[in-house]
Amino acid sequence: MPDDRPDAVELVEAVREFLLNEVAPQVHGQLSFHVRVAANALAIAAREWRDGPALRGAARERLARLLNQAGEYEALNRELCRRILAGQPPPDRAGLLAHMRQTAADKLRLANPRYARSDDD
Amino acid sequence: MTAAATVSADAAERLRTAIERAVRREVHADAAVAGLRRLSAGASRETWRFELRQPDAPPCSLVLKRDPPDEEIAKGDWLSFGLSIERETEARLMAAAHAHGLPVPRLRFILRPEDGGGRGFVMDYVAGETLGRRIVRDGEFTAARPRLTFQCGETLARLHALPPAALPPLPSLPPGPHLKLYRDLLAAFDWPHPGFTYGLKWLEERLALVGRRQALVHGDFRNGNLVVGPEGLRAVLDWEIGHLGDPLLDLGWLCVKSWRYGRASLPVGGFGRREELFAGYESAGGGRVDSEAVRFWEIFGCIRWGIMCLRFGFNHLAGVHRSIEWAAIARRAAETEYDLLQLID
Repeated sequence: MPDDRPDAVELVEAVREFLLNEVAPQVHGQLSFHVRVAANALAIAAREWRDGPALRGAARERLARLLNQAGEYEALNRELCRRILAGQPPPDRAGLLAHMRQTAADKLRLANPRYARSDDD
Repeated sequence: MTAAATVSADAAERLRTAIERAVRREVHADAAVAGLRRLSAGASRETWRFELRQPDAPPCSLVLKRDPPDEEIAKGDWLSFGLSIERETEARLMAAAHAHGLPVPRLRFILRPEDGGGRGFVMDYVAGETLGRRIVRDGEFTAARPRLTFQCGETLARLHALPPAALPPLPSLPPGPHLKLYRDLLAAFDWPHPGFTYGLKWLEERLALVGRRQALVHGDFRNGNLVVGPEGLRAVLDWEIGHLGDPLLDLGWLCVKSWRYGRASLPVGGFGRREELFAGYESAGGGRVDSEAVRFWEIFGCIRWGIMCLRFGFNHLAGVHRSIEWAAIARRAAETEYDLLQLID
């Protein structure tokens, strides 16, 4: 596994700073909007690269407990959807809701960390 | 200037010529089109504003709304089924609403294929603010906000009372099929979203709460599609998801947290309280509002907006239209999934 610096996250952050500091001031209108959208997408990528594996690992453990079976995160997540659709969700309803709420909060931490605490800012 | 900007300047000039061809037929043989510029950074449809100049009349501002000129986007969108009416139908729906005295931009004309501007229509420009964030915050709208809530209720009651015979043919989406449409979309992505799956199931078990009435539904009546002035509501835009269904959907959709722009404690678009909205609705003959049914539709609204966001992302991934905007908007689904799970148990 290569471990040279700047690493993947540091490179993504460098491109983001380049977009915001050097490209954005030079462009206007829709292109300027898209440059900001692109910079924001890189911020999501950097957070996901850094924090995603740990969050996914914790979610996989919660899922394995809820479903009472072992497996990879995606497979367990598909199995959860299948059971909900079939009208046979995990019997621990409170545990299921707590898991889904935690997962949603974690996704938000990656996609838009300001959202959950933006109430009446 | 970059190559991309040059190409888009050429495209804008071609569009200006196309609109000019149309206004010379529809308005005046010597009319001219000037100052054409793109209005929205809309993710799917395009809106353009321009100035119409004609002899013996003052210049006026008009707006063109059209499908993206890239035919491939419209044809290849494997996820768009049942979600949106054609531009011609939208134009006729707006004209019907305008004829019944609703606050809607006046339709001027519908583009013809030989104009070369794609599928679209031209309407009056209504001056005012449309940015939700400004409407919920700026001091200019302090007096407008409480009034706006009541006016939204009144306007929705009148919109829901439009006689179906006066409308162009519209898709019918009763609550059950509407839920199924979104369940099918979610399945088509083939990527697990347990929160949305659970939410749709939760609503399916409560379908008895809704569907007591069938009427015209605007479908996208929310902060962001309203033109607002310091005195209140001026116009309702974006009629492209118009359909026949449970009218209380419009009230629930207006309360979805995504349209509160950070003013979460004011559930109606970030500018008002539900009681004021319902009072406006009842005062204009909409009938007694069942708040449980509105809550059903607000919860559905979280799922609906989340799945709409995902649809952009999966269209990007499928190569229908590679776009940083479409890719990024899909990750906003996390916001509505989070909101959804706060509302259900």
